[in-house]
Amino acid sequence: MGKARKKLVKSKTKAVRKVKKKSKVTKKAKSKLSKATKKTAKMPDNKPVKEIPKKDVSRHSTAEDMANRQREISVAEFFTKNRHLLGFDNPRKALLTTIKEGVDNSLDACEEAGILPDVKVVIAPAKEEDRFRVTIEDNGPGILKKQIPKIFAKLLYGSKFHRLKMSRGQQGIGISAAGMYGQLTTGKPISIISKTSRNTPAHHYELEIDTKRNEPRIIVDETVDWPVQRGTKAQIELEAKFQKGRQSVEEYLEQTAIANPHVLLQFVTPNGQTKTYKRASKELPVQTREIKPHPYGVELGVLIKMLHDTKARTLQSFLHSEFSRVSSQVAKTICEKAKVSERSRPTRIARQEADNLFKAINQTKIMNPRTDCLSPIGEELILTGLKKQIEADFYTSVTRPPAVYRGNPFQIEAGLAYGGSLQAEGLARVLRYANRVPLLYQQSACAMTRSVLNTAWRNYALSQSAGALPSGPLVIIVHMASVWVPFTSESKEAVAHYPEIIKEVRLALQECGRRLAVFIRRRRKAAESQRKKDYIQQYIPHIAIALREMLELSERQETTIVKQLTDVLERSRS
Amino acid sequence: MSKLATQIKDTATSVRTKIQRRSKPTLSFPLRSLSNVKYHPKQGFLQLKGKKKVRTLTVGTVKTFAQTLRMMSQAKTLVEDDEIMTKREAYYVSKNWEDARFDEQPESDTVIDDIEALFQINREQLGFIPEEKGGEVAGKLIVIDRDSDTGKKLRIDCTKFGSGAYSIPISIEHLKFETKAKFVLAIETAGMFQRLVKHNYWRKANCILVSMGGVPTRACRRFIRRLADELKLPVYAFVDCDPYGMFNIYRTLKVGSGNAAHINRYFCVPKATFLGVTPQDIVDYKLPTHPLKEVDIKRANDALKNDPFVHHYKAWQDSIKQLLEMGVRAEQQAFAVHDLNYVIEHYLPEKLAAAKKFLP
Repeated sequence: MGKARKKLVKSKTKAVRKVKKKSKVTKKAKSKLSKATKKTAKMPDNKPVKEIPKKDVSRHSTAEDMANRQREISVAEFFTKNRHLLGFDNPRKALLTTIKEGVDNSLDACEEAGILPDVKVVIAPAKEEDRFRVTIEDNGPGILKKQIPKIFAKLLYGSKFHRLKMSRGQQGIGISAAGMYGQLTTGKPISIISKTSRNTPAHHYELEIDTKRNEPRIIVDETVDWPVQRGTKAQIELEAKFQKGRQSVEEYLEQTAIANPHVLLQFVTPNGQTKTYKRASKELPVQTREIKPHPYGVELGVLIKMLHDTKARTLQSFLHSEFSRVSSQVAKTICEKAKVSERSRPTRIARQEADNLFKAINQTKIMNPRTDCLSPIGEELILTGLKKQIEADFYTSVTRPPAVYRGNPFQIEAGLAYGGSLQAEGLARVLRYANRVPLLYQQSACAMTRSVLNTAWRNYALSQSAGALPSGPLVIIVHMASVWVPFTSESKEAVAHYPEIIKEVRLALQECGRRLAVFIRRRRKAAESQRKKDYIQQYIPHIAIALREMLELSERQETTIVKQLTDVLERSRS
Repeated sequence: MSKLATQIKDTATSVRTKIQRRSKPTLSFPLRSLSNVKYHPKQGFLQLKGKKKVRTLTVGTVKTFAQTLRMMSQAKTLVEDDEIMTKREAYYVSKNWEDARFDEQPESDTVIDDIEALFQINREQLGFIPEEKGGEVAGKLIVIDRDSDTGKKLRIDCTKFGSGAYSIPISIEHLKFETKAKFVLAIETAGMFQRLVKHNYWRKANCILVSMGGVPTRACRRFIRRLADELKLPVYAFVDCDPYGMFNIYRTLKVGSGNAAHINRYFCVPKATFLGVTPQDIVDYKLPTHPLKEVDIKRANDALKNDPFVHHYKAWQDSIKQLLEMGVRAEQQAFAVHDLNYVIEHYLPEKLAAAKKFLP
């Protein structure tokens, strides 16, 4: 729902250009994919060659035979076969992924349009068993009628892939993949209603993906009456399994509420219960700038492609205009190091000297990328989020200054909640976020988890077995904000192990840990002192009784002894 | 009011005075451990060196402090009423003390021992009596006791118990003795005692047999002490050849224990000597052995290092070293390997013929 909207509203031409550019990429990607598949397809044909003697020549393929079998594979087809790559491995996870993609898109769109998000998620049982109808409705800016089919029924179509900007969505796969999964498992199209303003009518579409061509097929296209100011509502029927507990929809929503206190979330479960996660802050996340790539983060292949595609006439102006932090002077230095003229044509360099240029870039000292492209949650709002969802005795949060991995700026935040209603037994719970999106799967494969494990929590008055999470009534949250979060797979479940990321997470956790230790130690001390006080009061009367018995004192004298002795001990205690 | 009751009252008064002056009350006890005892062969028992443990009333000690004072109060009542109470009963009485009650008997025993040390007397004088059995006696001894109802004299002839024996009472100060025996043989195990009684060994050797049943109780030690002092009899100990027999049993019999050094003066038999079984006996009589256990080795080394009694006698140090070198131990009953009555017919007569050579 969020994809491609704002840009389109602002300048049509730019958007159109982008779309064109994008389809090129898609083709390239497709041909790559088809190549790869070809290779594997050939394998079974090759094998018999070794085993079968010359006689049976007819079983061998000629180049012509092979050519007949070689054809293009659409991304949609590819992902139909490999849906686990996108997080649709099983019915339970499919439900979560569908909701996650929908909600992420809604939040991105609302924030980009400066609207405080109200998002409603409804899971209703469908007629058939094991099927659910999932509805995600937002109060976002809405989507232009003509864009709806492509956004919801074409894979790799979106506004976020071609820019370096911090957002929840990155690739333009998610929601269309969810629609495709629904179509695949139930045969039902995805249904969309969207409205962009009070005065325009709402459009209702029912769409299918033509998986062969990766193009939308329109089933229903009509104008309907929808009594809201603006917004988008997507409905997908899919084969799914609804479960509570860990890695559930509910957990995802709860964690989303923690990291996004500005969001109002409503959730209707299959048995009709409504859960509301209230808005705790009216502050929208600061809108971030889009940045150009930093030279350090560019790989050789990408560099070559950029050289080909650029409109710049000279190498120097190419470097200066296509990258961030490259001044004309720095561009010149790079050219000198690469031993090429700064006036040479980028396309020529692309063919012959890209390798040298690439090395030269990495040998040149270039300023770190600007960091105003990042929008951390902020220490204050992390606390708000934690307090809203978790009842604890102690909260703390840390936002680290921005840092850079592979030329990509990123920023780490961490928070802790301790004590209160949290379970005292067992291991701490770790909540991981990337660009405010909770990561529920593959905890152990994630760089953030690695940092939590590598932090010496025992220094912070917690117990921790070797190689394990700390134990105690503790929730740890870690958030990575970046223009490009390096996930280990397309399903966006774990962050890759870049040393810079691990280090930043560790530093944030250590700071939180130090504050927690102060709290725990102070509390222990207070408890100890209370315990001593009780202890004194428990036994002093017995000393007085014994003295009364031995010295035949009166009860009043006994009381005096209790008072005096309490005085003496209380004084010595402090 | 008895002297003891006055002592208790004085201590209580000093505690109260400190409290009234708004300072922390203290109780000071002699330190009860081997490190705080010395040995003088002239006096013949382990005695306190005078190191003191001062227990100041603080947050950490308030519970024990309260328990000690309540137990003192209990002792005062016992002394005044001329009543007695077993240690177990004392433990049960504490159950009335609510929070200050004892959870296990060893806790209340320690407090009683503390009070005993505090006043430098034995707990029997405080009215606290032990549960333990005193030991058994057979042989040429007449014990003169009184009938507790009529007050009439009772002459108990220890030769007339047949295969049984006379049982040493818990309190023995009122007893009187008559004997024609030549010596007292103090035996570790009831089994060996039974064998000697069965064959009337006391008649043959003209002696008094006492079964200690492990580490001798205070009453047993006191009983043997009085036989030794008043009847001028030598006392020979016959125990297992292992560090437990030598130091826990024999050493305690002869010079008392480190833990109760404040009362050793009454509860020891300085004249006792060690008949056997010695490490040399293992060699001479070809006794079957068991290897020393880890705890045996630890006990032996501990004796060499810390025991003032062992420090005083080179002969003992040599014996321990010999035992450690051999790495084995042997029991009294090991003589049965030769013949069931070998111990009566050969071992004891041969050893007794050279009583001067017994280990000190």
